[in-house]
Amino acid sequence: AAGMFLRLLSDVRWRAANPKWRRMTCSRRSTSSTAEPHPVSLPAQAQVVICGGGIMGTSVAYHLSKMGWKDIVLLEQGRLAAGTTRFCAGIVSTARHVSIELKMADYSNKLYQQLEQETGVKTGYVKTGSISLAQTQDRLISLKRIASSLNVMGIPCEIITPKQVAQLHPLINIHDLVGAMYVPEDALVSSANVSLALATAASRNGVQIHERTSVSHVSVQKGRVTGVETDRGQIQCQYFINCAGQWAYELGHSGEEPVNIPLHACEHFYLLTHPLKEPLASNLPTIVDPDGRIYIRNWQGGILSGGFEKNPKPLFTEGRNQLEIQNLQEDWDHFEPLLSALLRRMPDLEALQIMQLVNCPESFTPDMRCIMGESPTVRGYFVLAGMNSAGISYGGGAGKYLAEWMVNGYPSENVWPLDLKRFGTLQSSRTFLRHRVMEVMPLMCDLKVPRWDFQTGRQLRTSPLYDRLDAQGARWMEKHGFERVKYFVPPGKDLLDLDQSKTFYKPDWFDIVGSEVKCCKEAVCVIDMSSFTKFEISSTGDQALENLQYLFSNDLDVPVGHVVHTGMLNEKGGYENDCSIARLSKRSFFMISPTDQQVHCWAWLKNRLPDDSTLTMEDVTWKYTALNLIGPRAVDVLSELSYAPITPEHFPSLFCKEMSVGYANGIRVMSITHTGEPGFMLYIPIEYALHVYNEVMNMGQKYGIRNAGYYALRSLRIEKFFAFWGQDLDAFTTPMECGREFQVKLEKGMQFVGQEALLEQKQNGVYKRFTMFILEDHDTDMDLWPWWGEPIFRNGRYVGKTTSSAYSYTLERHVCLGFVQHFDEKTGEELVVTTDFINQGEYEIDIAGQRFQAKAKLYPFSSLFTHRRRKDEVELSGYQRE
Amino acid sequence: AIPVRSSRLPLLSDAMPAPAHLFPLIRNCEISRICSTVCYCHHKHLCCLSHFAHSHFRYASQKKLVALHRPKENFNHFIHTRDYASTPQRFYLTPPQVNSILKANEYSFKVPEFDGKNVSSVLGFDSNQLPANAPIEDRRSAATCLQTRGMLLGVFDGHAGCACAQAVSERLFYYIAVSLLPHETLLEIENAVESGRALLPILQWHKHPNDYFSKEASKLYFSSLRTYWQELIDLNSGETTDVKEALINAFKRLDNDISLEAQVGDPNSFLNYLVLRVAFSGATACVAHVDGVDLHIANTGDSRAMLGVQEEDGSWSAVNLSYDHNAQNEHEVERVKMEHPKSEEKSLVKQDRLLGLLMPFRAFGDVKFKWSIELQKRVVESGPDQLNDNEYTKFIPPNYHTPPYLTAEPEVIHHKLRPQDKFLVLATDGLWETMHRQDVARIVGEYLTGVHHQQPIAVGGYKVTLGQMHGLLTERRARISSVFEDQNAATHLIRHAVGNNEFGTVDHERLSKMLSLPEELARMYRDDITIIVVQFNSHVIGACQNEEL
Repeated sequence: AAGMFLRLLSDVRWRAANPKWRRMTCSRRSTSSTAEPHPVSLPAQAQVVICGGGIMGTSVAYHLSKMGWKDIVLLEQGRLAAGTTRFCAGIVSTARHVSIELKMADYSNKLYQQLEQETGVKTGYVKTGSISLAQTQDRLISLKRIASSLNVMGIPCEIITPKQVAQLHPLINIHDLVGAMYVPEDALVSSANVSLALATAASRNGVQIHERTSVSHVSVQKGRVTGVETDRGQIQCQYFINCAGQWAYELGHSGEEPVNIPLHACEHFYLLTHPLKEPLASNLPTIVDPDGRIYIRNWQGGILSGGFEKNPKPLFTEGRNQLEIQNLQEDWDHFEPLLSALLRRMPDLEALQIMQLVNCPESFTPDMRCIMGESPTVRGYFVLAGMNSAGISYGGGAGKYLAEWMVNGYPSENVWPLDLKRFGTLQSSRTFLRHRVMEVMPLMCDLKVPRWDFQTGRQLRTSPLYDRLDAQGARWMEKHGFERVKYFVPPGKDLLDLDQSKTFYKPDWFDIVGSEVKCCKEAVCVIDMSSFTKFEISSTGDQALENLQYLFSNDLDVPVGHVVHTGMLNEKGGYENDCSIARLSKRSFFMISPTDQQVHCWAWLKNRLPDDSTLTMEDVTWKYTALNLIGPRAVDVLSELSYAPITPEHFPSLFCKEMSVGYANGIRVMSITHTGEPGFMLYIPIEYALHVYNEVMNMGQKYGIRNAGYYALRSLRIEKFFAFWGQDLDAFTTPMECGREFQVKLEKGMQFVGQEALLEQKQNGVYKRFTMFILEDHDTDMDLWPWWGEPIFRNGRYVGKTTSSAYSYTLERHVCLGFVQHFDEKTGEELVVTTDFINQGEYEIDIAGQRFQAKAKLYPFSSLFTHRRRKDEVELSGYQRE
Repeated sequence: AIPVRSSRLPLLSDAMPAPAHLFPLIRNCEISRICSTVCYCHHKHLCCLSHFAHSHFRYASQKKLVALHRPKENFNHFIHTRDYASTPQRFYLTPPQVNSILKANEYSFKVPEFDGKNVSSVLGFDSNQLPANAPIEDRRSAATCLQTRGMLLGVFDGHAGCACAQAVSERLFYYIAVSLLPHETLLEIENAVESGRALLPILQWHKHPNDYFSKEASKLYFSSLRTYWQELIDLNSGETTDVKEALINAFKRLDNDISLEAQVGDPNSFLNYLVLRVAFSGATACVAHVDGVDLHIANTGDSRAMLGVQEEDGSWSAVNLSYDHNAQNEHEVERVKMEHPKSEEKSLVKQDRLLGLLMPFRAFGDVKFKWSIELQKRVVESGPDQLNDNEYTKFIPPNYHTPPYLTAEPEVIHHKLRPQDKFLVLATDGLWETMHRQDVARIVGEYLTGVHHQQPIAVGGYKVTLGQMHGLLTERRARISSVFEDQNAATHLIRHAVGNNEFGTVDHERLSKMLSLPEELARMYRDDITIIVVQFNSHVIGACQNEEL
């Protein structure tokens, strides 16, 4: 290991001799002109091979080696930290919208701060703080929301006035500002040196680093990684980590078994200047001006300023080699809007001399979040890439979570929003990626308002009813590539333009959704829910039942024709999936899961079901169109169409029957609605979809039937306190924590995954509790609307965050769902949350800094609604995330 | 009430103070601001004759012909100017208003394509004109020859009124077409006329609605033309028609007919006055005849033809295809002097003008420089009263001893088109006074090939500040947006000619001020501008070239 470290140092020395490199890194190592060292031959095998020596690769290597994995080889096709990492602006910013990203950035900041001390490599870490400017009130709201999240996480942060901005930064023109957010602990680093420091530490821990070695492809046998082929030979390995940055997509597709890593590079420009006459202080705060689409940091007495333009230039769509990255051209005409924004923000810079316009490609993902985790198709193939230009902010945290994932089987935080398995093959089209990243890159600076839908890459997966619904005024959103209706605009009514409809307040569709909800409550509505993931699992013998009984927490050994709501739990009892399973026959089951579970659930089950030809699992999502018939008159419509008795005696709740509807036979009808309202789900073979829809609409006319969308569904399920997987539930939430003990059969005569953890929780109590909050003093018309991620305060102390919210048209109040924790007042230690603790508190919800009183409830308002049988009340399920 | 006294006028010959002299005239500070920012100083056109100084004299600093004007009318002009000046007025046109002014006269023609058969070497042309005189004295014509191959395009710059330019624009192409026709076709046409049958059409005109033809004179013009072709039939040389010769003959014949018609007069008093006005006014002509790869430019006067050539590196250069016939052209001065006795050498060219009066050294009409004094006097005296009242027509140029001093004979240049010859610009001197031909070539070239040919900027090792870079980028963007505004290359060129600032980019404010000048002032800051941009078909030209090889 010591020898290896020496080799690494000699590498660094060689690099220092290269003047270009010296300029970029300001390496203070000796400038001896040692020739390139003789390459050390590659080992024949290793436990882990990491491909990519940028910030991601070195961070994963660092964390893995710290956690005790020593047999690691890191391969870099060029030089360490020579790709995007080298060109990166080096801003460590914690101001993030998504909580997991915020945590990663916070960890990275803390890691980098002590890295120089730990490794002896100068990282250039300077705590400068950062100021995010708001030119509009909406932007200020957005910043206030982030400030609320940062504060409850213990990250210092304050909303300041334009005058205070001027005091913190002498050059800023504050005339068009309405406010700003100041995060004093944000920092600047030399990103390449951080990467080198991580590599140095990893090398000391035994990681072998080989530069100038490119991976040609990854060898796979029986769905497992077995080794990598490089231009310098083969290495056998158990784990492979793709940290190839913008080349990750190509590398993923290079093997026989392709791994889809949906990311695409865009050109990204930033400007370097010579020092000012009075050189800028190195601790001057970094400025982020999202309305001007730019960031500005101090750089060697001058400034470094770049941004995210409205018209990005995607590149490498056809795939290129790395050599071209050095030859990317400066494009001043393209940079002009950003330069204008810079000079508007800092007019005194006019006389400042330009040093260089750097063109540094960054990779972007289809949903603006990074990609990490294990491939759903190849076990042992891990990915960490697609940082959406925040690589240095996420580097430390992302490396840590991935290392935990590999060593412990799962990270210490819920990383589902970043999980590779949220994507499928459908997001891997080059055309899709190219179009989508052109939308994503400008979004980096756009206002992030609730219920934003991507406009590119749409109409990919659609229901056969798409055109029919569209003609009736449907407005669409997209989930996992599937078009779903938000609501139906009645004829003659116009909504705002897309841009104008962006708001943190009451949206323009409020009344439209209100009338859809009313119809669900009083008559009957149809919602096309075809996007749900549907699997069929069957076997020749009892294998299906036996395996499912082990993998699912509820008892599936129910009479044929019953539907069971159950969690698919992990060993810790957390929800990997939340689904409904219908027993079609003794030996076959029909499983319905949320839309974005298509890849994750498939991989989870595939990896755990025995490789047995007598047990088959099929993804039948595409085979069925699903119509949700919600409302008290649903039963009338259905009985008229089927001439079958649908009364509760013949068709009780949570039942599944194959029957004919209209002329069409073989329709799977289930007495569930995913909302707690009475009604039925119709699973229709797609060729009958139009027929059944027409029949339902015709027959329903006399019962006042109308179309409805997901916004109505969401309002209904939230006011009924239904949790949705992916939004409210995740791998860190157990049924015990969200009042779903009744969906778990602890004594079903056999073991199941997560059973021990649940038994322990049952005994010792839970540390967080899913709670429903009704906002008391909130004015729907005038006040900011809750979204999700709002801090919850109990008796003035922070106890948790909301996970979803909706306006309840029945209660005429906003309802927020969220988790309440109990932190010890002195030590901050997590304590058991009891029912009394929930019930005996005064609650407030913080929306962008403004607190609203809220009433906490652990059970839905059953009294408000018509009383139903027990079975109805326990129908708790839900599949979509907003 | 007239604030400018005649004694001051000679001072105007000095270029720079010219606008300054107007300031006492115009107290409105808004105008003085315009003057100081937008005035072009065409000192070479300034001319002040001492014996003219006593008469009321219009501030025609750029007038082609130093002219006497009817005093009453002129007097009113000054009054009007004062009235105008004392009324505060904002000079601001919005971009759409600017565009509607610039585009009012634009015209485009695309040569229709016929399935790869007999495809023309001309893709089409754009033309436009912007008046400074009211009414405009420039004319333009474009037509396709129907009985022979080829396309004719021309710009005509009139002086001392627009009558001559109008007549030339209507008639010249017929003269050229007839000169080019083979004997059999001429016979056929003559027979048709003789027997009252329908005439073969000779030309297909490509006209803007504003380009009118005089109905009253058409019969007269036709009979003159018929006389010409009858003579051609009689002369039948049996040789194939040489384009160069045809052009020269046509020019000379038309000028001759104009002169004769004025001498003979017409019983119709309107027509009689018309032919006299045509003859006493003048016009230059610059005509292009394109047939396959053969491009002929026939030029009389100081309009100009310029070829836009794209070099191998993509840059643009300009090739002149005509020589200006004016005092700046040594050969012209030499020619004029050769044609007259040595005793007149000193009086022939004064203040860069022919006989101290006329800027172009060749022109149509202008019988004052062609006829003998006796003929002039006879025609004027026997002519209508309007003619007699006009001091200009009665005035005999000084040192007028051995007429004619002026000819309409063109200089013809033949050019074989090459694939790198992308376009031809024909324009009156209103354009060339404001823009260098190299800039014209670049602006049109970049316009026609699209903006993506704009060279990218690289800072390299230069010392550039953020502010300088910002300024440069803003200009480039403005240039791109001005290209997108125009669908017509001639319009685009006019926008630059009128609105260019010191950086060579269109400045909207300047453009707006220039275009909002009142009629009286406009002529002082610019001349009429008429432009035709002909775009060549490089593929066809390349193919023709290969065939010839």
